[in-house]
Amino acid sequence: MKNSKPTNKNQIMKKIFFCFLLLSAACCLQAQIAVKGDKVYTVAGEVITNGVVLLKDGKIEKVGAGLKIPANYTVYQAKVVTPGLVDARSVVGLSGPLNMPVDQDQLDKSSPIQPDLRAIDAYNTDDTLIGYLRVNGVTTMHTGHGVGALISGQTMVVKTKPGMVDDVTLVPTAMLAMSIGTSVHANFTSPGTRSKEIAMLRTELLKAQGYDKKMQSKDSSKHPSRDIPQEMLVRMLHGEIKALVSANTSTDILDAIRLAKEFKLKLVIEGGAEAYRLIDKIKASGAEIIVHPTMARPYGEMANMTLENAAILTRAGIPVSIESGYEGYVPKTRVILFEAGVAAANELPFEEALKAITLNPARLLGLDKRIGSLEKGKDADIVLYDGDPFEYTTHVCKVIIDGKLVADNCP
Amino acid sequence: MRKLLPAGLLPIFLIFYFPVRSQDRPIAFKGALIYPVTGAAIEKGVLIVQHGHILAVGDASMAIPGDAQIVDATNKVIIPGIIDTHSHIGGPEGGDNSNALNPDVRVLDAVNPASTGFKKALAGGVTTANVMPGSGHLMSGQTIYLKLREADDIEEMLEVNEKGVYGGMKMANGTNSMRGTGGFPGTRSKSAAMDRELFLKAIEYKRKLDSAKKDSTKLPERDLRMESLVEVLEGKRVVHFHTHKMNDILTVLRLKKEFGFRVVLHHVSEAWKVVDAIAAAGVPCSIINIDAPGGKLEAMNFSPKNGAFLEKAGVAVAIHTDDPITDSRFLMRSAALGVREGMSRQKALEALTIAGARMLDLGSKVGSLEKGKDADFVILSGDPFSVYTHVEQTWVEGLKRFDRSIPADRAFAVGGYKIYTPESNEEDEDNHNEWSDEKQ
Repeated sequence: MKNSKPTNKNQIMKKIFFCFLLLSAACCLQAQIAVKGDKVYTVAGEVITNGVVLLKDGKIEKVGAGLKIPANYTVYQAKVVTPGLVDARSVVGLSGPLNMPVDQDQLDKSSPIQPDLRAIDAYNTDDTLIGYLRVNGVTTMHTGHGVGALISGQTMVVKTKPGMVDDVTLVPTAMLAMSIGTSVHANFTSPGTRSKEIAMLRTELLKAQGYDKKMQSKDSSKHPSRDIPQEMLVRMLHGEIKALVSANTSTDILDAIRLAKEFKLKLVIEGGAEAYRLIDKIKASGAEIIVHPTMARPYGEMANMTLENAAILTRAGIPVSIESGYEGYVPKTRVILFEAGVAAANELPFEEALKAITLNPARLLGLDKRIGSLEKGKDADIVLYDGDPFEYTTHVCKVIIDGKLVADNCP
Repeated sequence: MRKLLPAGLLPIFLIFYFPVRSQDRPIAFKGALIYPVTGAAIEKGVLIVQHGHILAVGDASMAIPGDAQIVDATNKVIIPGIIDTHSHIGGPEGGDNSNALNPDVRVLDAVNPASTGFKKALAGGVTTANVMPGSGHLMSGQTIYLKLREADDIEEMLEVNEKGVYGGMKMANGTNSMRGTGGFPGTRSKSAAMDRELFLKAIEYKRKLDSAKKDSTKLPERDLRMESLVEVLEGKRVVHFHTHKMNDILTVLRLKKEFGFRVVLHHVSEAWKVVDAIAAAGVPCSIINIDAPGGKLEAMNFSPKNGAFLEKAGVAVAIHTDDPITDSRFLMRSAALGVREGMSRQKALEALTIAGARMLDLGSKVGSLEKGKDADFVILSGDPFSVYTHVEQTWVEGLKRFDRSIPADRAFAVGGYKIYTPESNEEDEDNHNEWSDEKQ
């Protein structure tokens, strides 16, 4: 008995150690994936035929043709492989699918200018639409406050993987969501005209400049008391966060450009239904552009949209990102994969269309070092298809976010 | 019956009054892959049309009349003109806010034949459309079956069907029509009770009409509301029933059973839950494929697999646009999404053509490429279910109505500055979040 005790203890220790080994192997097995694609669109460079993407610890370890796959890697095979898709602009997570007050947080109508409203305080990770976008290839999403106010609030960037809001957030405050045009009149008695809209925005930005100046004073006794809305506007005036201006008609786009020039804002035009008419002005302004969903409805301020908008802008050398945007009704969200596909069928070259939902929005969000292409060291966000990603009948088979399989649709 | 003549005679009158404007010389389209839909696909086929009708469809060995104009359609694909069983193009208006039940109201009196909506639909290959009022009423009014002919007067576009009528009756249940005030129901049970009460009145009116067949002095006073419902009870005028949720679908089937009307279920978001009941009732479905579920509680359980489930259960399936909910230019896409989610290619093609034609009682005239049928067809650049395929030409009764190679026509396919001029009721800038079909 005496002798056997330590042996027993040893055996137990051995067993525990063995279990630990097994567990750690299981953990790393999951974290190490090899994705083989007949065609791998890295977006960063040439298309790789019979390509392999090795994923390790949530990052891309290696990308290339015919790479040797280490023994402990789980292998997934697909006809086509692309980077995880990046939705340049959405309201999913704030504007839920029920369209009832209980799930609508994208617009507070108490005031037309509310730069202090944070998206992260409302983002609902239980929104079923997040999962819907995820299974359709979206791995990163720029979402937040919606259209319909001069400044409706802040936007944020999230991964669409399951998890609590803090775990999935990449950028808690990305931009300020602004709108110019009739969508604002619909929600407020004042502003009731475009001229009033711009007058109100200019007044507010001038005030913020004054606040900033006082805050810069070396004599801290002269500092005004903290004002969160003013602080946010100052951050925008300093170019720390971009001005995301929803503008569709030519008048609204030019208004946005004029405003951005006066206050040296980093302008992102969102929607841009008539952008194809203003190529030179947009180029000269240096503004970035997120184009409306290709299949958006040609009504109201979008009446003059064209399926070729993204193609015309791209041809002119303006990088384009395609968004899911915002839908007031049915369908409650668009899917950028489908929208880019229809753009590709309407004069936008295939690889440019792919860029418009991967690397271009990643750059626009300042996240191109992490996401948007299949390159060594970037996040292991990757989508597998059973055919041409843009074809109507193709399925998104698997979606991987941060090295973990989060959607598995194909038999 | 005398009292029903004005509605019944109009179409017959129209047929003689407006001569069919089409070519005397036959046109032969050669070399295309032809999908007649009711028959097997024909590689390098020949389609010959004359006087607005199909003269012949066959393979390359088929004799072509000596005087025929030959059109080389090599590498193209030809399908029948597309039937949209549920559309709001042209600015249809139904009942107003005064009443939940509007059997007397006709969209005929509102639709603008010059609407660019029709041009947009032609750019999508649509040649026949069931233009309907919205779903904000239990019964929003009489629909019209339109052939997308060039017309100055909407009456020139009406298509009289096998039952002698040129439209159906739009009904709706579920939340859109549950306004709870001003004579509108506030619950589902009240909705059905109001429907039943109305149909009982119509049965009584019909009984009076029937008894007056022997003694004309017994004819009741003319009643516009009752006259159209008598057509419904007689099975001439089909009920097009907007319905989403499982319980609402079953309510429609219950009403159908009680009153014996013919019905097409529209949208049917939760069809997948009750396929067997739908199949057992022998009721066809006109479904919509949307890009995401939700937008309202009723559409939360929408499944893109509805088409596949219904096909498997043997239910007749058509796919519609509900334009502007989905765009007329993307109706073929909606069918392709059905294929992606498990529909067969054949049934998806039928869902765009013959299935819908039959739901409108127009199956003997349109919906397939067969000798004697209307020369309504679409020339495609490639496979009907590919994103890269474009509608190159749309022909209606032997006349080319859309040609993508003509810039003015192409504009209706892609859009651009001041191309589409929405009807006043299709655009409401102050309420841009709401769309006409569901506006309450």
